[in-house]
Amino acid sequence: MSLYILKRIGMTVPLLIVISFLTFVLNHLSPMEPVKVILHAQGVPTITEELIAETKAKLGMDSPLLIQYMDWLIASLHFDFGHSYVTGIPVWSMLGPALLHTLKLVLVSSICIFGLSIVLGVICAIREGRWLDLSVRSLSFLLTAMPAYWLAALLAWYFAVKLDWLPTSGMSDGASYVLPVAVLVIGYAGLYFRIIRSSMLSHLNEDYVLYERACGIPESIVTLHVLRNAMQVAITVFSLAIPTLLGSTVVVENIFAWPGLGTMTINAILSRDFPIIQAYVLVLAVAFVLFNTLADVIHAAMNPRMRREH
Amino acid sequence: MLLKRIWNDRLAALSLTIVGAMLLIGICAPLIAPHPPNEVNMELRYAGASWQYWLGNDHLGRCVLSRLIYGIRPSVLWVLAALIASVFVGTAVGIAAGYWRGRVDAVLMRLCDIMLSFPGYVMTLAVVGMLGPGLTNILIAFVCLKWAWFARVIRTVILPIAEADYVKFAKVLGASQLWIIVRHVLPIALPEVAVIASSAFGSMILQISGLSFLGLGIQAPHAEWGMMMNEARTVMFTRPELMLAPGIVIMVVVSSVNFLSDSLQKALDPKLMVIRSTNGMKHRYQRKEAALQQ
Repeated sequence: MSLYILKRIGMTVPLLIVISFLTFVLNHLSPMEPVKVILHAQGVPTITEELIAETKAKLGMDSPLLIQYMDWLIASLHFDFGHSYVTGIPVWSMLGPALLHTLKLVLVSSICIFGLSIVLGVICAIREGRWLDLSVRSLSFLLTAMPAYWLAALLAWYFAVKLDWLPTSGMSDGASYVLPVAVLVIGYAGLYFRIIRSSMLSHLNEDYVLYERACGIPESIVTLHVLRNAMQVAITVFSLAIPTLLGSTVVVENIFAWPGLGTMTINAILSRDFPIIQAYVLVLAVAFVLFNTLADVIHAAMNPRMRREH
Repeated sequence: MLLKRIWNDRLAALSLTIVGAMLLIGICAPLIAPHPPNEVNMELRYAGASWQYWLGNDHLGRCVLSRLIYGIRPSVLWVLAALIASVFVGTAVGIAAGYWRGRVDAVLMRLCDIMLSFPGYVMTLAVVGMLGPGLTNILIAFVCLKWAWFARVIRTVILPIAEADYVKFAKVLGASQLWIIVRHVLPIALPEVAVIASSAFGSMILQISGLSFLGLGIQAPHAEWGMMMNEARTVMFTRPELMLAPGIVIMVVVSSVNFLSDSLQKALDPKLMVIRSTNGMKHRYQRKEAALQQ
């Protein structure tokens, strides 16, 4: 088991290196030269060739690409992602708090999403084909076809303006979590509950269930056994859901003016603030890879058949 | 035969009609739209519905109905084009990896692994961030990112086909590799590819309109559904109906596309018509769920 974990972690190292290199090269994808963007952002009126060369030398942009990459990587490992082109503030001092705010939102919503989808998935699997299953599934079908930002706007209009129960935007107290979390839960629970449901259903057809039923074991205990096996698929999906959610809160944050990663990144994109975009991509991609590894390890720990294959 | 099967299911037929009508209206937009979509008419700012302007006018007095009709082009037609492009690349890579196996497979799949290790939404934002906002850049980002996922899924579809006896026979008979792929592998895989592609279509429409809503997509004054909602957002609390129209259209289109993809899957799988719950179906169903997540 520990060998498998070590192997799996060993596999992530080259992947992380490739990812960081791609993220670094992203900067060079832009049609605008980064130096010019910096000078523009600093409000330099006329950009001369000498000025460009001078700034390049100052920022170390005239050295070969690989050297630049190594410098950048070492700095990034120390959470030093450079300075914002626009404001000049160190990127990490903006990214850190924003990441924390987004994490809070994501954690609260993922707990709600997982709870709701497990409950709905189990109920619908047990009542397969009955009206409850059908109505929950049609509702989720309709809700997943709804644009998240639209739903967010409607909820904000109804609960925050018309009824004046909840704040429209910002992150002040517990009440301001309700609307963003609700939008994320509605958007994602529909997907995850269906995965749990279909995984439950495929396990309900297995021989061991027939055997347990034949032995007269109460249905509630059989359900628990099925759930334990169905959770294998669910845990893999869930552990990938957290980084996916981290990346997809953008729209919701934007609508509710949540001071998180999404809001920061959209502003950075609109003002072409490359270091922030770069740091954002790097942090999320690393999180994605780490959670992916974690998912595999948990999966292996729960399913001995997986381990032997490797 | 396939169409007939879909047609027999009433809801699926309705979805097919809606999607077909949307595509047709989008293509013939100049003939159908009652007014030019960018015609500004300041006297009619925020006018309600009238016989001349069926859905009223927006903040510049432009006809909401005409803008909705023209919005089909970027919101649905261009998304479809990007989808087809990425499915095309994905199919080519998937077939190459699944048919030749060995080193080709290893290299292509590692490449896909790297592409897939970036969360999709984040990568789209990154590419748009670097290239600058605009519909073309979003579509480029989508094609660059989605192909890897399609390639992965299509490879697993191809694997058993490439190992099938009749393909081996064709090889023994000395058929050229291209002929085998075009004649014996592709036609079998095509229905599966259609299901995979159609299941991604709905979420792609939602994502692209979401990016437009954030102001990263098509730029003013062009009409696009997400963009229309972004414009309506400032008056969301006083005139929510401007927000309602594009939202309902998106919902109708996306749920029809999703429903159509479901019934396409059912229509292509004759087993499902006889026995409702076999394990094979479950596997397909799970793949479908995974597709929806992407």
